[in-house]
Amino acid sequence: MDFFLMIIAAIFVNNILLIQYLGNCPFLGCSKETSTAIGMGGAVIFVTVMATTFTWLIQKFVLTPYGLEYLQTIIFIVVIAALVQFVELFLKKAMPPLYKALGIFLPLITTNCAVLGIAILCQRKEYGFIESLVYSFAAGFGFSFALVLMAGIRERLALVRMPKSLAGTSSGLVMAGLMALSFLAFKGMIS
Amino acid sequence: MGMWKEFSKGLWAELPPFRLVLGLCPTLAVTKTANNGLGMGAAVIFVLVLSNLFIASVRKIIPKKVRIVCFIVIAASLVVSVELLMQAFSYPLYQQLGIFVPLIVVNCVILGRAEAFAGKNPILLSAADGLGMGIGFTMSLTFLGAIREIFGSGMLFDKPFMWEGYEPFTFMIEAPGAFVCLGLILAAMNFQTAWQAKRKGTDPVVIRCSECAACEVGAKDE
Repeated sequence: MDFFLMIIAAIFVNNILLIQYLGNCPFLGCSKETSTAIGMGGAVIFVTVMATTFTWLIQKFVLTPYGLEYLQTIIFIVVIAALVQFVELFLKKAMPPLYKALGIFLPLITTNCAVLGIAILCQRKEYGFIESLVYSFAAGFGFSFALVLMAGIRERLALVRMPKSLAGTSSGLVMAGLMALSFLAFKGMIS
Repeated sequence: MGMWKEFSKGLWAELPPFRLVLGLCPTLAVTKTANNGLGMGAAVIFVLVLSNLFIASVRKIIPKKVRIVCFIVIAASLVVSVELLMQAFSYPLYQQLGIFVPLIVVNCVILGRAEAFAGKNPILLSAADGLGMGIGFTMSLTFLGAIREIFGSGMLFDKPFMWEGYEPFTFMIEAPGAFVCLGLILAAMNFQTAWQAKRKGTDPVVIRCSECAACEVGAKDE
């Protein structure tokens, strides 16, 4: 039951993108077509879960025992960068169809702040291993969910005539604001 | 003369969050108050100037293939030092900014400037570019923070700003307010650019986010 609440909270109440403002660059960049958004979302879920697993293990068995917590940021980002490279190579060799679907998004993910953000959030909230896994999956899913919804809206928005200065990123941001408003309605659901 | 040009372009012509649309996450997240925006900006100035300086001084040694990783490691070491400095000297601010202090590492402004400028230019010019961009970033964050603080809580820099009995518009300090506010500022900037170009009879400057190496989104579009 706890995990169920946690998943709902991470997807709707504290949506990583719209309420916690993490990962806005891909949110605005990759949300022009639904198919691209689905690919990006899948890649983010995959990398987030992997990255959280590895960084959690490193924090627990290397950084904390040797008193190196202050190196957290630098170690985490290097681990994520290395992991993304490794995943890319592995997928290319072992699962070419999946690589085709996710491949072009993988390099972008290194600098997606949602991935590093979720890894650090798990540490700050002092989650256990299973909790971290569940949380990172749910948060990644929340990210993809918002991304795909946004892409759907923007596909329609592309057909609309609007003032030139509002087109593109600025209308995207205003749309994101309206979506955030609707997600804010879940706020009272779980305290 | 060259130094001044590199410095001043970050202040208006290539203002990072509003014109280059780089570094949006901290821009949205920490601008609940003008004070937070200023603090975040100061941290970014520190990291950006030093990272540009270091990257420009080692730019000839770094092999081209691993340059992004090198840039990230340099930026990360600087961010760790900022974290430690903030914990020592301004702990309340550090707690306010929360997770966004370590996340300066993945702020596209840092990597974007490293890739677009510091990786190709001499040391002093790169430092000037970093300082200009950093100050531009700080100004933008403080501006957005001030707007949201004034309307959202009727205060400015924690002091009452609006008239007595002003009903705060809480929408502005919640998440949606940040998105809508930034969107409208971007629209205003676009409008101003287009208007100016029309008056001068020149083509408006096209903003490309493909300059940022980290984010290949723009490059793919073109």
